[in-house]
Amino acid sequence: MAGLQIPLDHVLLLATLLFACGLAGLMSRRNIIFMLLSLEVMLNAAALAFVAAGAHWGQADGQVIFMLILAVAAAEVSVGLGLVLQVQRRLKSLDMDGADRMRG
Amino acid sequence: MATALVLIPLLPMLSAALLMIFGRRLPQQLVAIIGAGAVALSALCVLSIAQPFLATHQALQVQLWSWMQIGDFSPNFSFYVDGLTLVMMSIITGVGFLIHLYSTEFMQQDDSFSRYFAYLNLFIAAMLILVMADNLLLLYLGWEGVGLCSYLLVGFWYRDPANGAAARKAFIVTRVGDTAMALGLLLLYTELGTLEIQPLMTAANIHWVEGDGLAIVATALLLGGALGKSAQIPLHTWLPDAMAGPTPVSALIHAATMVTAGVYLIARTHELFLLAPPTLIAVALIGLLTALMAAFSALVQQDIKRILAYSTISQIGYMFLGLGVGAWGASVFHLMTHAFFKALLFLAAGAVIHCLHHEHNIFRMGGLRTRLPVVFWSFLIGAAALAALPLTSGFFSKDAILLAAWQAPGIGPLLWLGGLLGALLTAFYSFRLVFIVFFGELQTSPDKQPGWRMALPLALLCLLSLAGGWIGIPVREVFPPQEEQHAGFLVHVISIGIPLLGVWLAYAVYISKQISFQDAAASPRGRRWSQLWLAGWRFDDFYSWLLVRPYQTIARFLRNEPVDRFYDFIAAISLQFNHLLSNLQNGRLRWYATSMIMGLILMLILGMEGAT
Amino acid sequence: MMEVLFYIAAFIALAATVLALTRSNAAHALIFLIVSLLAVAVIFFLLGAPFAAALEIVIYAGAIMVLFVFVIMMLNLGEAGEQREKQWLQPRSWLLPALLALILLVEMVTILATIDTQTSGIGVSPKEVGLQLFGPYVLAVEIASMLLLAALVGAYHLGRGFIDRSKGKR
Repeated sequence: MAGLQIPLDHVLLLATLLFACGLAGLMSRRNIIFMLLSLEVMLNAAALAFVAAGAHWGQADGQVIFMLILAVAAAEVSVGLGLVLQVQRRLKSLDMDGADRMRG
Repeated sequence: MATALVLIPLLPMLSAALLMIFGRRLPQQLVAIIGAGAVALSALCVLSIAQPFLATHQALQVQLWSWMQIGDFSPNFSFYVDGLTLVMMSIITGVGFLIHLYSTEFMQQDDSFSRYFAYLNLFIAAMLILVMADNLLLLYLGWEGVGLCSYLLVGFWYRDPANGAAARKAFIVTRVGDTAMALGLLLLYTELGTLEIQPLMTAANIHWVEGDGLAIVATALLLGGALGKSAQIPLHTWLPDAMAGPTPVSALIHAATMVTAGVYLIARTHELFLLAPPTLIAVALIGLLTALMAAFSALVQQDIKRILAYSTISQIGYMFLGLGVGAWGASVFHLMTHAFFKALLFLAAGAVIHCLHHEHNIFRMGGLRTRLPVVFWSFLIGAAALAALPLTSGFFSKDAILLAAWQAPGIGPLLWLGGLLGALLTAFYSFRLVFIVFFGELQTSPDKQPGWRMALPLALLCLLSLAGGWIGIPVREVFPPQEEQHAGFLVHVISIGIPLLGVWLAYAVYISKQISFQDAAASPRGRRWSQLWLAGWRFDDFYSWLLVRPYQTIARFLRNEPVDRFYDFIAAISLQFNHLLSNLQNGRLRWYATSMIMGLILMLILGMEGAT
Repeated sequence: MMEVLFYIAAFIALAATVLALTRSNAAHALIFLIVSLLAVAVIFFLLGAPFAAALEIVIYAGAIMVLFVFVIMMLNLGEAGEQREKQWLQPRSWLLPALLALILLVEMVTILATIDTQTSGIGVSPKEVGLQLFGPYVLAVEIASMLLLAALVGAYHLGRGFIDRSKGKR
């Protein structure tokens, strides 16, 4: 199926906005689950930019990179959620500001 | 013969080692027998060597072993005995033995009896090595050993901090001279390639002409060492304080060992000094200056031992004067007679102190003539010899030196006049001492009499002090022959008359009271001078001002480690940065993410700057 | 007129994302995030990448989010956690991050402003993607598979203690 002709900068603007939202979330939330969610948003924004670029050139490479990002996201989430479990178990809290034993 | 030679220093050394290790467990009598016996045996060995030596006048040389081997430098551990050495050995072991014998009674009450004899024996051994060494390095070993033993013995009663300070002073002041001497040895070795005394003299005569600059420097450095050990200006300040030790130790330091080392060194290396006439003049001038200065100081002292100490400095000054004018033999002769009468005086003074409950102030003595007859006669004979009254041993030797000074070219008569003034003062202060201590009213009454072990050495030394002038010392082969010049009759009369004048003066002032110095001493100027003399010309204050205080100031300054302040500053800055950076590492994930973003923003800004 | 669909989807994605990240309840946030991901899937579809859109729904909105749901359920945070989240969401804590994000956004937008083209509108079928994937990008696929394997091992190791303890309680 053919796609639409949309100004590329609009799509990229959307990706950027999503990325900025994720970033703000990552920096402001203390709960590790929300931090992971913010990371997902950021990864997703990056994926969107790739797909948009692929659509701009009409090539499959954008989608290939999207799939690689998908793999990275899956790996990150599985390890990250394993860490969440450990954090909860050891600190009885999901507050990442409390997990500062590696401070200098 | 070689065995006897080796035994001479070995016996006292073995005895010292024995007493150091087992001394505490041995009974006092055995310690005394070992300590004094070792030196007695050593003295007998000297006699056994002297016998054949005097027949042949052949120098002995015994090489024991190679001391060390560093490249071309391989000094041997070997002994060399000629007439000069023999004289020194005889003095050291002979007078040393008498002092040991005397000490066995003097130190009877002391807890550290064995320690005392161990040090004393070591002292004798070190001094013997010094005079017997055939190379200057071995001589230096003995030299340092003597310095060590003087430190140990001056500070023998170490529980009193003042004694410890006196010992340290003796050690440090002589160390100044020793450093100069070590430099001199290094210079000699680098220039002449050997330190063995006889080859060294030959090499010096080959390489250097008279007045050679290097010869002057080398001899000046050796002279520095001699000044330190023999307590001459400017390194004499330790000797009056060295009285802190037991009195027999003072006798040993002043008569048989230590202070004679400098005279011996110059006599031993006289061929070097002959190549450096300016140094010889310096030796003579320093000697005369020291003799006069110490004599003035001796005039006003009140401590019996300090008077004797200044008299020693003064007499050594005479020896230096003799050395300076080339009268080697006369100097060594005076060294010997001085050893006799100074040992006698110190032992007699020790007997006075011993019998008067450790009283040192002469003005609290008096009238002891009848109470301590043996001591009185000993002291009188000693003082007579010190004053160089005719026919005593001191007369012959001092007369020889003065005559040599008279005949010296150039400034000779001036030196002679100075020497005469010194002789007058010597006679005056020595009989002042006799008259105050032994005549007049009885002030403190003695509670005991010296026993035979104190009396016997005194008697023997009396004999030597009186008759020592007729002993001919076998140094004719050692020193260059001196042309016999006969001074005029007047010169002889004056040099005989001056001491008598001094004695008469002392008699007039202190016994018959015909002359009084009260007015002169009471005047402001007189008081100022007598204060100056009492303080030994304020050399101590001068050194304190010149060296000690600045050193202390610097030390106090450096105590705070000013250089480290700079590094402390660097460390503090580093620490501050560390705190700063480790605060950044606060362990908060969000903060890390934020700082990453900040970096990203910064990079993007820079990238945009670059793009436009 | 079909372009309007893109803008609507974009708006939904953005709004859902903002809402998701400002929730105090993790489960609610998760649902908003799923909505956001679905909206992005729509955009993919509109851009002519149906395969990517499918994967976005299946793997992202499906598998990954389900993982989150599992974990949230396992942790059982409850009301207290929600209260605390609210407390944490003071302006004081999000003002600086928001500002930084804004600066970054402005920068990136400034850079993007120079682009003045349109997407081609050419559809890229799953077959083409597959050919690319197992053609020039086969090495990347291998690396991704290694990564997933490593993640599998890591996740198992990290979660094991938790699982064992849960079993022991039972």
